[in-house]
Amino acid sequence: MDAILLQILNGLDKGSAYALIALGLTLIFGTLGVVNFAHGALFMIGAFCAVTVQRILNLSYEVVDETQKDFLGNALKVKTSYVESWFGPEMGGAIIDWAVPIAIIFAIPIMIFIGFVMERGLIKHFYKREHADQILVTFGLAIVLQEVIKYFYGANPIQTASPEALSGVANVGALFGMDIVYPVWRIVYFFFSVVIIGGIFSFLQFTTFGMVVRAGMADRETVGLLGINIDRRFTIMFGIAAAVAGLAGVMYTPINSPNYHMGMDFLVLSFVVVVVGGMGSLPGAVLAGFMLGILEAFASMNEIKSILPGIDQIIIYVVAIIILLTRPRGLMGRKGVMEE
Amino acid sequence: MFGLDKKDTRMLLVVAVLTLCAPFILNPFPTDSAMAQFNAGYPDLMQRFVIFGIFAIGFNILFGLTGYLSFGHAAFLGVGSYSAVWMFKLLSMNVVPAILLAVVISGLFALLIGFVSLRRSGIYFSILTLAFAQMSFNLAYSVLTPITNGETGLQLTLDDPRVLGVSATADGSIPVTSLFGLEMRSTFEMVVGPWAFQFNAGYYLCALVLLAVFYLSIRIFRSPFGMMLRAVKSNQQRMNYTGLNTKPYTLAAFVISGMYAGLAGGLMASMDPLAGAERMQWTASGEVVLMTILGGAGTLIGPVLGAGFIKYFENIFSKINDTVLHNWFAFMPDGLEDFVVFIVHPFIGKGWHLTLGIMFMLVVVFLPGGLVEGGQRIAKWVKGRKNKDDSTSATKNPAE
Amino acid sequence: MSKSDFSRRGVLKTGALAGTGLALPTIFTASSAAAFTNDPTGSSVTLGFNVPQTGPYADEGADELRAYRLAVEHLNGAGDGGMMNTFSSKELQGNGILGKEVKFVTGDTQTKSDAARASAKSMIEKDGAVMITGGSSSGVAIAVQGLCQEAGVIFMAGLTHSNDTTGKDKKANGFRHFFNGYMSAAALAPVLKNLYGTDRNAYHLTADYTWGWTQEESIAAATEALGWNTVEKVRTPLAATDFSSYIAPVLNSGADVLVLNHYGGNMVNSLTNAVQFGLREKVVNGKNFEIVVPLYSRLMAKGAGANVKGIHGSTNWHWSLQDEGSQAFVRSFGTKYGFPPSQAAHTVYCQTMLYADAVSRAGSFNPCAVAEALEGFEFDGLGNGKTLYRAEDHQCFKDVLVVRGKENPTSDFDLLEVVEVTPAAQVTYPADHPMFAGGALGSCNPGA
Repeated sequence: MDAILLQILNGLDKGSAYALIALGLTLIFGTLGVVNFAHGALFMIGAFCAVTVQRILNLSYEVVDETQKDFLGNALKVKTSYVESWFGPEMGGAIIDWAVPIAIIFAIPIMIFIGFVMERGLIKHFYKREHADQILVTFGLAIVLQEVIKYFYGANPIQTASPEALSGVANVGALFGMDIVYPVWRIVYFFFSVVIIGGIFSFLQFTTFGMVVRAGMADRETVGLLGINIDRRFTIMFGIAAAVAGLAGVMYTPINSPNYHMGMDFLVLSFVVVVVGGMGSLPGAVLAGFMLGILEAFASMNEIKSILPGIDQIIIYVVAIIILLTRPRGLMGRKGVMEE
Repeated sequence: MFGLDKKDTRMLLVVAVLTLCAPFILNPFPTDSAMAQFNAGYPDLMQRFVIFGIFAIGFNILFGLTGYLSFGHAAFLGVGSYSAVWMFKLLSMNVVPAILLAVVISGLFALLIGFVSLRRSGIYFSILTLAFAQMSFNLAYSVLTPITNGETGLQLTLDDPRVLGVSATADGSIPVTSLFGLEMRSTFEMVVGPWAFQFNAGYYLCALVLLAVFYLSIRIFRSPFGMMLRAVKSNQQRMNYTGLNTKPYTLAAFVISGMYAGLAGGLMASMDPLAGAERMQWTASGEVVLMTILGGAGTLIGPVLGAGFIKYFENIFSKINDTVLHNWFAFMPDGLEDFVVFIVHPFIGKGWHLTLGIMFMLVVVFLPGGLVEGGQRIAKWVKGRKNKDDSTSATKNPAE
Repeated sequence: MSKSDFSRRGVLKTGALAGTGLALPTIFTASSAAAFTNDPTGSSVTLGFNVPQTGPYADEGADELRAYRLAVEHLNGAGDGGMMNTFSSKELQGNGILGKEVKFVTGDTQTKSDAARASAKSMIEKDGAVMITGGSSSGVAIAVQGLCQEAGVIFMAGLTHSNDTTGKDKKANGFRHFFNGYMSAAALAPVLKNLYGTDRNAYHLTADYTWGWTQEESIAAATEALGWNTVEKVRTPLAATDFSSYIAPVLNSGADVLVLNHYGGNMVNSLTNAVQFGLREKVVNGKNFEIVVPLYSRLMAKGAGANVKGIHGSTNWHWSLQDEGSQAFVRSFGTKYGFPPSQAAHTVYCQTMLYADAVSRAGSFNPCAVAEALEGFEFDGLGNGKTLYRAEDHQCFKDVLVVRGKENPTSDFDLLEVVEVTPAAQVTYPADHPMFAGGALGSCNPGA
């Protein structure tokens, strides 16, 4: 029983990353009608925002200490970070410790900016082109972005720790008299994603801006004819979608050390999620994200693997194939989307 | 000739001359010159050019004609290679049965996957093929290791139970692949002055196969069947409304293109008897997409050009390291030399992926017809300039 | 199309090729004047360094290339000579190999068997490389080793840890200096016994491919021999990035040791996840829960950061070793590049030196002569103490290091500390050990 609850929890936690990425993908697809293969790269760039912030906070000056020796026997250069020297070791240390949450503040404007540039500079020219062309050009962009990151940060994963206070485990089962421990940061990640998802939905539901965007998603031409500058709003939506992907990436860094190809690792998966949820359906994307997360968690249980060897390797794809063949438009897809 | 019109015959002949004379064409620089690094005329790379050309031609029959973008085509290539290597292990080192089996098995595999995947279209189709291919890859890497030998790849060993042939040669090594006794690896070397040209039996086998399947693809493009596929691409709904069931046509195209991929896989195993799972990974499928688009999807010769281009990049361009760069720019003053090397550095050698990505984007943005369109535009521009000289009539470059 | 006037020899005699040292490639040639593949007839000899330059192991590959450059420099007499001075064999004079200047070509394996073979082939067919070396993954090493056997050149394996490389997939033309899964297990077992006792329940998480399996088999056998009980062996997909769903069941499994048979990115992520789940603070059956990582890589350990603290594993070599050879190597590498070398860098440097030395002792580049010189060769001074290149399977037998993640690292690369140097005798196994059975070296192939 405990094991099952633990896997459900784990599925929700895995699913939150899938759902966040899929949500951004769907936002872009639903509003702009563009299939964005570079979305995984945006997630990756978000993660590297955190890495960069961490590096900046750790920027340090060197003092040659004659009393200590480095590995070659030369005098050791002792590094002290500027932050620590400005704010004192205690305060400075705390700031460095909280690098990942701090990165969120920086990541939002950066990601929105990257989103704007991408949309205005490239994607805009592809509204009228075929979906295949959109896939191809964004696929190319994804390759370029990941190679650029690799050039600056190397190929190996870079560790970015969560704040000391949020690492470790919490006993989430205590409330129900059970002993279920789970990493604090993963719980944080889950609630973070719930907040973001809720935020996006209420933004679209309860603001005028959201209403116009939704109208535009339904019938772009008519909204345009009403004299509303829908293009600008769509650009903003692209920026928001990029920010969602980026934030998902920032918060993901303590869970797994980011590397340059994490975007591609998530890309295939998140497309499966989107397609399973139904292209263009925001609730579908979120639902499918969590559902696939939970299924994946269960498939990795040894009890299930011993019956179906290798099932954890293919579960996502099997589900995708079954859903697409039985519910052709995904779980919550609309008719006529991507079926020209 | 061969039931082709004049233009197609000319194209076939051009391809024939290019492939048959490839050892000369790809080795333009003397072996001891500084430019020798850019020579591509050695057997392995020439074989790869041709084999990936076949793969891309096959992919183009599906994508170029019907518009169905498969992101899982590498699976067929992988299945083809595995079948061929098993044939070498079990039957004989002759490449003919191996290649035949590769084509048949991959055809069957394509039939199965195509039958399921083609129930959907658009991006759903892409994701389905991607899902199947990733499943094949994941399983081949792990659970199916007894058949595929997992990470290490399926290789010949000294104790293969070869029914027609020996397990090991007299001197204790693994026998080599051959075509009725003609060893695939045998190479005739012609040395002319400072040049050395290599004529490899395996390469010529691949080249002849390429010509045959290229001819076949011309025939498919020009046939009523090809017209039907194009009609599917332009408007499938309309086709359906006319009461025509398009599924058999698209499925046929899918299977043919899967068989092309299997043929490529079989040839690859014949040249080098090893089959690895990463041949089936989705990035490998992405590569053939890149090749086709880069060369020009829907054109006959584009995919071959694209395949050659990418393989050249991967094998030649990626070898340019800093030392070589410094040699090139040695004529510059020191500071400037370092600066130029610094600027160029991210794009060459191990940065070839970056350059490829950028080029690919540029092609998709500005040259939707790929290199072929680029070539046509240049030809037109040259012609236009000539006309201008003649009649001073301004010709406008075609807008995108 | 006549060969008569422009024979290969004729051209070479005219010295047309002198200077560049690019011998005409004759690989796979049915009939050729040369006695073996890529006989270097000019004033220089070309070696092929085939390492991952793109893909997830690109940083290891880059470090290997640094070591190769250094080795070539030392062989050609530049620099401070590094381990050439401490090497027990004194054949190498710093005048190249057999008086020929050493040149090299590099290739990108992309950590894919196909790409690795293509790039090795290009080095052999086009650049005339007489030896191929490198690699940062067993699958690639085995694939390239097979190719070199067919082509008739020597393959000096880089970082490859699978038992199969010198086990069921061994080849007469292939040689491995790096240690393997069995040795890791044999070296770790006594240390684990001292630290954690004999009454333990181990849970294995294993990367689901050949290297993972051989590693799991080795370590499970070694720990079971101590009296440990294996609770569960779980295979994880190679492509997995989040291991939480595999770690979570460990919590309630009753196990008190987690063995992570993972390498590279897998290792970084699974270890990070395991620490996240609080396994290190856990107490099971009245004992502290422990994590073991059989194969450590310092470059990768960096990616796991503080999570490696106090976690034991094994490694082929570490820069903090105090013997003369290691120090000489660290000094010349550190002076040139500003940071200490990794174990990948060390093993490829050794392999290059060993090859050069074997050629010098054999007096020929002929792969068969080189192989003979390497087989059964005993040497010292390359950082691992007394080492034997065993003739039966072309595997080096030397001391293995048991290391632990350092509690208080003083720098970016000061992550591991050596706990114990397990002597070679303890990790030596008979050549017909069942974990290595099923293959044959075959006979050496000089090509041509």
